[in-house]
Amino acid sequence: MSATPRAASTLVVVGHGMVGHRLVEELATRGLTRSHRVVVIGEEPRVAYDRVHLTELFGGKVAEDLAMTTRAELEGWGVELRLAERVVAIDREQGTVTLAATGAAQTLAWDRLVLATGSTPFVPPVPGKELPGCFVYRTIEDIDAIRAWPARTGVVVGGGLLGLEAANALRGMGVEVHVVELAPRLLAMQVDDTGGALLRAKVESLGVTVHTGTTVARIEPGEGDPSRVGRVALSSGETVNADIVVFSAGIRPRDELARAAGLELGPRGGVAVDDRCATRDPRVFAIGECASHRGATHGLVAPGYQMARVVAATLAGEDARFEGGDGSAKLKLLGVEVGSFGDAFAATPRARVVSFQDTISGVYKKLVLSPDGKRLLGGVLVGDTSSYGSLSSAVTAETPMPKAPEELILPARAGGGGGLGVDALSAAATLCSCHNVTKGTVIDAIRGKRLSVVSEIKACTRAGTGCGSCVTLLADVLKIELKKAGVAVANHLCEHFPCSRQELYHLVRLHGLRSFAEVLERHGQGGGCEICKPAVASILASAWNEHVLDKKHLPLQDTNDRYLANIQRDGTYSVVPRVPGGEITPDRLIAIGRVAKEYGLYCKITGGQRIDLLGARLEDLPAIWAALIAEGFESGHAYGKALRTVKSCVGSTWCRYGVQDSVSFAIRLEQRYRGLRSPHKLKSAVSGCARECAEAQSKDFGVIATERGYNLYLGGNGGMKPAHAQLFLTDLDEASLVRMLDRYLMFYIRTADRLQRTSTWLASLEGGIEYLRSVLVDDSLGICAELEAEMAANIEAYRCEWTETLRDPGKLRRFRPFANSDARDPSIVFVTERGQPRPARADERPMAKADPEEVTS
Amino acid sequence: MDVVALEDLDPDTGACVLLGATQVALVRAGDAVYAIDNHDPFSGAYVVSRGIVGDAGGVHKISSPMYKHAFDLRTGVCLDDPSVRLSTWPVRVRGGRVEVLFGAAVAPRAAA
Repeated sequence: MSATPRAASTLVVVGHGMVGHRLVEELATRGLTRSHRVVVIGEEPRVAYDRVHLTELFGGKVAEDLAMTTRAELEGWGVELRLAERVVAIDREQGTVTLAATGAAQTLAWDRLVLATGSTPFVPPVPGKELPGCFVYRTIEDIDAIRAWPARTGVVVGGGLLGLEAANALRGMGVEVHVVELAPRLLAMQVDDTGGALLRAKVESLGVTVHTGTTVARIEPGEGDPSRVGRVALSSGETVNADIVVFSAGIRPRDELARAAGLELGPRGGVAVDDRCATRDPRVFAIGECASHRGATHGLVAPGYQMARVVAATLAGEDARFEGGDGSAKLKLLGVEVGSFGDAFAATPRARVVSFQDTISGVYKKLVLSPDGKRLLGGVLVGDTSSYGSLSSAVTAETPMPKAPEELILPARAGGGGGLGVDALSAAATLCSCHNVTKGTVIDAIRGKRLSVVSEIKACTRAGTGCGSCVTLLADVLKIELKKAGVAVANHLCEHFPCSRQELYHLVRLHGLRSFAEVLERHGQGGGCEICKPAVASILASAWNEHVLDKKHLPLQDTNDRYLANIQRDGTYSVVPRVPGGEITPDRLIAIGRVAKEYGLYCKITGGQRIDLLGARLEDLPAIWAALIAEGFESGHAYGKALRTVKSCVGSTWCRYGVQDSVSFAIRLEQRYRGLRSPHKLKSAVSGCARECAEAQSKDFGVIATERGYNLYLGGNGGMKPAHAQLFLTDLDEASLVRMLDRYLMFYIRTADRLQRTSTWLASLEGGIEYLRSVLVDDSLGICAELEAEMAANIEAYRCEWTETLRDPGKLRRFRPFANSDARDPSIVFVTERGQPRPARADERPMAKADPEEVTS
Repeated sequence: MDVVALEDLDPDTGACVLLGATQVALVRAGDAVYAIDNHDPFSGAYVVSRGIVGDAGGVHKISSPMYKHAFDLRTGVCLDDPSVRLSTWPVRVRGGRVEVLFGAAVAPRAAA
C-alpha cells in the first residue's frame, strides 16, 4: 500500500491524448479523481480526440465529432483540465513541473506524475522538407492544413498504417497519389511479402502509385512557383510531380522532458518503464507512445490503453502489470481489410506456418503455429478479416488448435471449413482488446444481468465500443449463452400471428398472398387487431403495391392511411402535397396558397421542405386534393409508413461550394421511391458538398456529393432518439448508388420488424454495417438480383393514391363524417391566431348543449 | 331507430352516424354490428369510428385512432384503462337495415 499516495495528494498528468484521457477515465472509475487532486495538462487547444479516426475529417466529420470527452464531463469527475499549456521542465527533487502558457512560466507541485506525451511524426532529413506544401499527419490542425492546400498530385512518404490512411485521404480529395516506402512492401510492420504483394495490387487498382524499396532524396519547388512544393526526387532516380507531400514515416517518442529530468530512456528512445509502467523514479510513470517497455515502444492505441489501466490500478493499490503488447491490428485501408496479430512473422524458433492464398478474390491468410502445431502464435489476414477476432483471441487464450488448423483459414464450404468458434475459447480469452474484456466477463454480465442484446453487453462491459472488431464475437457468445439458458426469443407479431414480421413477409411473397383474409387463414388465427392489420397492410403494399383503399385492404388501415391524410388532435386532417427535393415553382406556391385559402387551412413549412396544410375536414379532403391535383401536385404520402421526402440543398447549380447537382438527384430519388411502403417512415436527403446543408447524415438514407461522385450514408434518423447515419460506400456514381439503394430499401422492407426504423434495424443486424455491406455489395446471400427486381416491380406499380381515389366513387363515399347525414361535424371549432385558423381549446369553444355523456368526471 | 342500410357499412370497419345531436359509431365486426360512442374521452375528439376493428381473445374491439386505446365493443369498457367506459347502444339488423335502440344507452356514469 506504500505506493498509494495519501489522500488529497496531487497527481499531474502530462498530455491529454487518447492514452492520457484513458488514464483519467480509469482514475475516475476508481474514485481517484475524488480522493486526489488530478491535474491534466494538454498542449493542444482541445480535449482528447480520437486520433485513430482522423481521416474521417475528410469524410465530412468535424473536429467535435472526434472528441472523446468534454470539459464539463471532466469537471464533473473533479479533474482540473489545463489546455493549450505546455510542460517545459520537470523538477524531481522539488516535485514540480514548470508550465509555459502564453507569457510567464508557472510551477505546479505533484506527488505523482504521469507522462503521456505521445510522439511526434518522424520527418526524414531530406532537402526541401521545409517547403510550403509539406505536411505531417497527426493532429486536427494538420488535417485542416492539408485540406486547405490545393493539390492535384501528391506524395505520401511512408507506406505503413498511417501512410495508407493519408493516401486514402488525399485520394478522397481528388489528388493523384504516390506512396513511397523504404521497405520492400507496404505495411511492412504488419504483413509479410505475400500479403504485401496482394495489398499492393489492390491499392494500385484504386489508382494509387506505389514505390517500394526507395526513399525521398529531395523535395523541390515547382517551376512555376518557387515558394511551394512542385516535385519529389526519389533515391531510385525517378522524379514525381507533387503539389503536396505528407510525411507519415513513423513516429518518435516524446521523451525530451524525461531525458532532461535525468530519467532513464529505452534503447530506441522512449521513457524506460517497468511492468507497472513506473520509470526509474517510482513516483513518475510513463504510458503510451512515449514509454519504452522491455526495450520496445508501442505506436498503437490498445497497448497504451492497457498501460493507462495498469497505472490507474497501481495508484489505487491494486496489483496490475503490463505484460507487453504486440502489433496486433485489424483495419481497413483503402477498402482492403488487413489483420495482423501475435507472431505474424514467425519469429519464434521452429514455428510452423499454414497459409492460404486466392489471388482471384484477393484473399491471403497465414497462421503461425507452435513447433508442435498445437497452439496458434500469430497470423496475417489480407482481404478477409472476418476471423480476426476469434483467431487473435486464440493466441492470447492459448486455445488448443484443431487437428487440421488449415480448416480455420480455408473458405467455408458445405460440410467443411468454417472457423474457430467462440465456444472453443476459454473464459480467460480476451474478446475486446481495446478495453481488455475477457469472454468470462462478458458471460458473467450476460448471466448476472440477464442481458439479451449486444447493445446491453456493450453498455455493461464496454466490450465492442472501441474498434468494434469483436462485436460479432459478442453476438456469438450471447447466442450460445441464451441457448444454454433455454431462452427462446419470442418475436410473434401479436396473438393472431405466431411469427415475426420478417417471416410473414416471406410467406406473403412465397405464396403470393394478396389479402389479409388469405394471410390470416393460412398463417394466423382469430380476427386480427390494430397491431397485425396495419403490419400486414404494409407488407401487402410493399409486396404488391395495390391501392390501400381497395375494399379488401380498407379495414386494415389506420386512420391516416384510411383517409390518406394525417389525423390531428381535433379529428381534422393535414394535407401534404409532394414537393420533390423541396423545389417548387412560384405558380405552384400560389396554387397551394389558393387552395389553403379556399378551404380555410392553416399553413406551416415542414422540416422535410414541404408545406403542411392543416385543419382539413374529412369531407373536404377529396375537393382539396382535386384542386391540388389539377395544379399538378400528387400525394406526398405524409400519412403513410412510406418514403416521405428527399431533402436537398441547392447544390452546384447555385452554391459556390457545391460539387454536384444535389437538387436534380434528390428529385430523381424522391420520384423513384415515392409511395414505397415500408416498416416505418423513410426520410432522405442529398447534400451538394461536404458542408452537408441538407442534413443527410440524419436520414434513413443520405447522400453527400464528393468531387468524384457521392458518399452514401445509411441508418440515420432524427426524432426522439436521433441516430447518426453510417458511411456505407464512397465516391459512387449515380447509377451504382441507386442500385445500392434499391437493394438496401428492399432488404430493410424484407427483414425489419414492424415500426422499426432503419437505425434500430441496422443495429439489430449481427455484424451491423459490415454485414449489410456483405449482403448488399458482395451479395453474400445471393439475393441482390431479387431485391432489385422487387424494387423495379414496386416502382412500376406506383400510382398517385389520391388521383386513383378521386376516380373511384366507391372510395370517395367514405369521405363523409356521417353515414346517415350530410351535416358537417359540429365538434370541429376553429379560432384565429396570427391570421390563421387553429383548433379551439376547451375554454374557447361555444358552450355546448349539456350532454351528460360527454362530461367526464 | 332505423339508421342506415347494412350495405352502407364496410365489413370490419366503423362509420359514424348522427342520432339527434349525438355522434354514434356503428361498427361491423364479423357478422355483428355494434353501436358505441364516437367520442374518444382520452383525446376529446370525435373519432372512435375511424379506428381499427379487431379482436382480443375472441372479444370484438375497436381502437381509437388518436392514442390507440382499445374499447370492448359489447360493453364500451376501455381495455387499457377499465375505469373508462363509453356509452353503447343495443343494435339489431332487420331486413338489411341497421336499427339502434337509441335512448337505451348504457351510460358510462351509471356504470362507474
